[in-house]
Amino acid sequence: MGDPQLSGEQVRQRALLRFDRVERAVHWLNASLFLILVLTGAALYFTPLIALVGRRRLIEQVHLYVGLALPLPLLLGLAGSWGRGLRRDVGRINRWTEADMRWLRGLVDNAAGRRPSAPRPRLGKFNAGQKLNAAFVAGGGLVMLGTGALLRWYVPFPLSWRAGATFVHNWLAFMFVVVILGHIALALSDREALRSMLGGRISSAWAARHAPAWLEEASDQ
Amino acid sequence: MTEHAGPADELPVRGAGAEQPVPSPAGDGTQEPWSKPIGRRTVLSVLGLGALGTLFGSHLQSGISSALNAVHANGIASLLPGGGQFTIYTVTSGYPAAPADYTLRVGGLVQRPLSLPLAELQALPATRLTRNFQCVTGWEVADVHWVGVRLVDLAAHAGVNPAATAFQFRSFDGIYTESLTIQQAHQTGAIVAYSMLGAPVTREHGGPVRLYVPSMFGYKSIKWLSAIDLVARPQPGYWEQNGYPIDAWISGHPPVQAA
Repeated sequence: MGDPQLSGEQVRQRALLRFDRVERAVHWLNASLFLILVLTGAALYFTPLIALVGRRRLIEQVHLYVGLALPLPLLLGLAGSWGRGLRRDVGRINRWTEADMRWLRGLVDNAAGRRPSAPRPRLGKFNAGQKLNAAFVAGGGLVMLGTGALLRWYVPFPLSWRAGATFVHNWLAFMFVVVILGHIALALSDREALRSMLGGRISSAWAARHAPAWLEEASDQ
Repeated sequence: MTEHAGPADELPVRGAGAEQPVPSPAGDGTQEPWSKPIGRRTVLSVLGLGALGTLFGSHLQSGISSALNAVHANGIASLLPGGGQFTIYTVTSGYPAAPADYTLRVGGLVQRPLSLPLAELQALPATRLTRNFQCVTGWEVADVHWVGVRLVDLAAHAGVNPAATAFQFRSFDGIYTESLTIQQAHQTGAIVAYSMLGAPVTREHGGPVRLYVPSMFGYKSIKWLSAIDLVARPQPGYWEQNGYPIDAWISGHPPVQAA
C-alpha cells in the first residue's frame, strides 16, 4: 500500500474498525456505571443534594455495589477469546513511542504559543492524551476502589487511614469529573470519532489525519 | 489494568514497528525506534500516590482546610473536600422539620416520665463543651461548641428505676434510633444538646434537640431527638443494625478519665 495520505477517493471511503463490539460494550457499560457513581456520590456529598435526596443508607448501598461492579465490564471484556481487540488496544495504550513524546511536546509548544519545534508526528491508533487519560482512569479507578472499600470495611484500619482515604476519595472524585468532562467535550468536538464508539467504524480519511501509522498498519493486514 | 501488563508487553512490538516502519541500525541516534510501558508506569504512579494519600492525607487535609478556609468567602471552596466542614447526613428523604408543639419525652424505666417542651429543657442546669466532631467515615470538624443538659442529669431528674441499664433514643425522622449504656453516658459526659456552633441547633444539624456523645463517632449523636427511654436491654441503633460497632469509641476504648 502506498502512503495513505496520498491515496485517492477509494481509500478515503473505506471504513476501518476502530472499536469492536466488545470494546464498545465495555465503554458504554463503564460510562453508565460511572454516571451512577457520580450521581450517587454527589447525593452523598453535597448538602443541598443530601437535603433533596436523603435516604443515605440506600444511596450508599447503590454507590458501593455499583463501585464494586465498575471493574467487571473491563475484566470480562479482557478475559476471553472475544477480548482480542481490547487486549491489543490496552497494549497500544501502555506502550509509548517517540511519536507520542513529540505529540506531547507539540501540545506544550502550542499552549505556549510557539511554532511546533518538530514536524507533525506520525501517530498510531491513540495519541498521548488518550493514553494518559486511559492510564489515569485505570489507576485512579483502582485507587477509588481501594479507598472506597477501606471506607466501607473500615474497622481494622486506623482512623488516620480512614481520614486519608476520605481525603483521597473526595479529591480524586473531583479530578475524575473534570477529566471525564474534558473527555466528553473532546468527543463532542469530533463527531466522527464519537460515532465510531457507537458504530465501531471510522473513515480512513479520519485515520489518515489522526492516526496515520495505525491506518498503515491496518492496511497492511 | 496492571494485571494485563503481560499481553501489553507482547503486543506493542508490532505497534512500535508500525510507528517506524524502517528499523534503523542500533546506535543510529534519533531514528531508532523505541517504545516504553509509560501507561503501566502511570497506573502504578497513580496507585502509589493514592496509597500515600491514604496513609498521610489526614495531615495534608488540615493544611488544605486552613488554606480553603482562608478563601472560604468565595463560596467555591466550601464545595471542595477538606474544608473542615460538616457533611450533613440524613437517612430519610431530606431533613425533617420539628412539630410546632415539640416536646422531648423521657420514659421507660423511670419513676416520673417527663415531657419537656424546649423551654423547660433549657431551664435545666446547662453543660457547655467544646469538642471535635468525628465522623466514622474520616472527616472531622474541630472545636465545635455545644450547650445542653447532661444525659445522666436528665435521667436523674426523671428518677431511674434500678432495672435500667441503658438509654434508647428515637428520632422524629421516624427511622433513626440509637442507644447508649448508662455507664457510657457517665464515661462520655453525653449531653442532650439544644445549642451547637454558637446558635440553636439548626434543622440540618438535628434541631431543635439532638444528642452529643463526646469520644464516640458521630453516628451515636442522634439528630432530631424526640424520645429517650430507659431500658434493661438496649436495641442496636440504625447504623449498628447495618454493621457499625455498638460501642462507637473513636479510640477503640473508653477514655481513661471520665469526662
